Amino acid sequence: MIGDGSIDRLRREGRIVIVGASLAGLRAAETLREKGFTGSLTVIGDEPHPPYDRPPLSKQVLLGKAAPEHTTLPRRLDVDAHWRLGHAATGLDMAARRVRLADGDEVEYDRLLIATGVRARPWPVEAEAGLDGVFVLRTRDDATRLHRRLTEETRRVLVIGAGFTGSEIASACRERDLPVTVAERGSSPLVGALGGVIGEVARQMHLDAGVDLRCGVMVTALEGDTAGRVRSAVLSDGGTIDTDVVVVSLGATRNTEWLAGSGLGAGPRGIACDAGCRAFDVRGIVTDDVFVAGDVARAPHPLFGYQFLSLEHWGNAVAQAEIAAHNMISHATDRIPHLWVPAFWSSQFGVNIKSVGVPALGEEILVTQGSLADRRFTAVYGHQGRVIGAVTFDHGRWLPFYQELIERTAPFPPPFPTLDRRADGRGPVPAEFPDPSVPTHGPTVTVSGYSPADRRITFTPGRA
Amino acid sequence: MRLVVDLNRCQGYAQCAFLAPDVFTMHGDEALLYDPHAEPAQREHVARAAAACPVQAILVDDLDGAPGPAEEAPGDR
Amino acid sequence: MTDTSLFQQITDYANRADPYPLYTELRKSPVHRDETGVYVVGGYHDILSLLHDPRISSDARNRAEQPGGSALPGEEDEGDGVLPPTFLRLDPPEHDRLRAITNRPFGPPHSPRRIDGMRGELRTIVTDLIDHLDGGDGTLDVVEQFSYPFPVTVICRLLGIPRADESRFHSWADTLVSTLDPRPDVDTAERVRIAQQARLELGMYLNALLDERRKKPGDDMLSHLVAGNAPEGRMSGMEVLATAALLLIAGHETTVNLITNGMLTLLRHPEILERLREDPRLAVPLVEELLRFEPPVQMLPNRSPIADIELHGVTVPKGSPLCLVVASGNRDPARFEDPDRFDPDRRDVQHLGLGSGVHSCFGAPLARLEAQLALAELARRLEAPRLLEDPPPYRQNAVLRGPRHLRIAVDGVRP
Repeated sequence: MIGDGSIDRLRREGRIVIVGASLAGLRAAETLREKGFTGSLTVIGDEPHPPYDRPPLSKQVLLGKAAPEHTTLPRRLDVDAHWRLGHAATGLDMAARRVRLADGDEVEYDRLLIATGVRARPWPVEAEAGLDGVFVLRTRDDATRLHRRLTEETRRVLVIGAGFTGSEIASACRERDLPVTVAERGSSPLVGALGGVIGEVARQMHLDAGVDLRCGVMVTALEGDTAGRVRSAVLSDGGTIDTDVVVVSLGATRNTEWLAGSGLGAGPRGIACDAGCRAFDVRGIVTDDVFVAGDVARAPHPLFGYQFLSLEHWGNAVAQAEIAAHNMISHATDRIPHLWVPAFWSSQFGVNIKSVGVPALGEEILVTQGSLADRRFTAVYGHQGRVIGAVTFDHGRWLPFYQELIERTAPFPPPFPTLDRRADGRGPVPAEFPDPSVPTHGPTVTVSGYSPADRRITFTPGRA
Repeated sequence: MRLVVDLNRCQGYAQCAFLAPDVFTMHGDEALLYDPHAEPAQREHVARAAAACPVQAILVDDLDGAPGPAEEAPGDR
Repeated sequence: MTDTSLFQQITDYANRADPYPLYTELRKSPVHRDETGVYVVGGYHDILSLLHDPRISSDARNRAEQPGGSALPGEEDEGDGVLPPTFLRLDPPEHDRLRAITNRPFGPPHSPRRIDGMRGELRTIVTDLIDHLDGGDGTLDVVEQFSYPFPVTVICRLLGIPRADESRFHSWADTLVSTLDPRPDVDTAERVRIAQQARLELGMYLNALLDERRKKPGDDMLSHLVAGNAPEGRMSGMEVLATAALLLIAGHETTVNLITNGMLTLLRHPEILERLREDPRLAVPLVEELLRFEPPVQMLPNRSPIADIELHGVTVPKGSPLCLVVASGNRDPARFEDPDRFDPDRRDVQHLGLGSGVHSCFGAPLARLEAQLALAELARRLEAPRLLEDPPPYRQNAVLRGPRHLRIAVDGVRP
């Protein structure tokens, strides 16, 4: 064990291993070098590609405005690292401080950063998922396959799940003038992340764009022809959809299976870590040499009652990776907490949607500026008398103000007038989030209770 | 040139879309779409766009035209 | 202590050449409640936050009457009472609507190539102006001979003023702009009369031109504005006139100062001027640093809160005049390292020089291109330029701050 006195040696000649070669892994590697780490650095990734950016995959790439292989992330600096790409990590021996790779190789570390992220949740019926024409969209290869298929003759695209990714895919398909059906289990698109009031705005956006939107239904089966190509989908309301391209967009699963039995506090909800990104073991004791960052992490947040949050947010991956990297090579007293306010964006149907805080915790919503009907507005979410989240549709320049309100735990409803207050903004109304026990698709924040150890989770609304 | 825009920071001022219209385009009033792999011929335009971003949200490598970290470098093993 | 207030000192012409020590004084308190009744803010973070605060109005109708009745400096520019207020002085949703309509023929998403497409034309105008710079005696006035005519010509081309009318247009513009910057030695009543006359003539001219464009539209901005096919609706004839006047004034008065401030700053930093001469690409980061270091708009004087707001324990009452001194924020050591140093290599240059939030400068991309091109070309072609007086004489205006003349000596003009 490297003690406090050995930090300098660690920085000089230690061995750091990063598992996960996407946005968080890359930014952590860069930060380590920027902060003067000169030891050996190994980055392990299961995909063969150098770190690339995912948000364009459901937007520019599907629209044909950028090639999937052209999404490689720019570098802040030339990172001197040993890149083990195309080799998944398959196991962790915490006692021996070793990561096992799929090819049987083992890599030793003094400090480990886990940034393995999430993967698309596949269609649950394996035989149906294997039909030709059934896709998910998470990786560059997924995007290559889907984009290629969309450029061929397509009868109808069926998107299962109207969270952010599903809605973006539907939007891109409509822009390519492809017939699209969207099936969503919830009452409206985006309802899990933003609630029913905003969901209604999203619903209208789908309809105006010519999407055949089916809410409150589930796809119960996918049917193929004799050649193994998907042909139709059966809905829970008895209907069927003739389709030859199905995009399954049912949220994500955290990549933690490789840690099974390692003793780390890792499970389907992610890997629990403290505010300094140090992982907990299954006993709820914090480790000192294993760190976590990005989508796979779940960490306590003081603004949200110190509950553990998992954030599938681009900005969180960057911020948490930088802090994890800093803390990995710092003395205990020099470590900094990860206090990032959740924030994300989506663009669909020509509208820019941005959010800060955790709208899904809100009970009530107030449209403070603009109007829902115009699809240009700002709305704030209230939780127990304080502002807990905000969302803008084409109103992003106002968002920093609302972020400040969240950071200051300002009262809800805000006790002041705002410019451009309209009839929509007369007073707070219920935000209409679905019952947390009824699963919907697409919340990008998962609140998973207080306990670091996965088996002691008690509170899990807004399940992805 | 590889580039990425931090769209959390982006507030839709569209300076990049004015100054490098072949790389950055506005999709509606506020949403930005960009080509994450701009042609070398766009270097001057991209430099203008990145410098003009009021929230400094555009990260570009290889802007100076130096042979940057090669695409294949991280792919070895 | 002096018996004039800090804000009066800031607006006092005697301090025009170097207001920055006063800004340092201003930043000692986060909110300065001036004896004149104005609340003045000079810290970077506070200004940035107020520019995104939906309780802050730009609409004069939300301003409580000031007992003294004295307008803030810079407020005169639209106070003619004839034309409707432009989006500069409106809040959302009217602001958003008018700005969107104006943007339609100007920039993305509908006209993404208009500004980039003007680069060749800008270069021709600059080349032409520089070709005629050297009067033979080795001295010239950068303002009169270059940084003033350049943006007016650009605005003419953008709006679609016929070439034959450009000189008439220049003279109206001169007169209108001079009212922004009253000389103390000119009689007020006479000045107002001249300005009104110019405004009237310009209005009649634009009206006739708009009629023509209605019948026979071109691809210029005026044609698009009168055609009014934006889904946001169309502007009334008066709104088009007001907007055209706004683009004219705001579109070049600020650019004159940006270019002149830039040349002055370069002449004070000869090593940077030399670097620019050798590598014109330096103009890109240099103009951003210039917008931080010597912004052409020093302060935003026309805001007021629509509710009592609290800033660092100070209540700014609803309707009170609020002045955000962006030039002070740009020199705030709490935000910028070594803020009084002009450093075009500065990587962190998120300045307030073009504002922020929904009212951020409409013409920013054009101003940037004009300044980049102008400074790079002046640096390349002027041989051994040097200042003949430092500081140069300034314009009166404390808001739109810049030299009235910038007399320099040169050994010649390179081809």
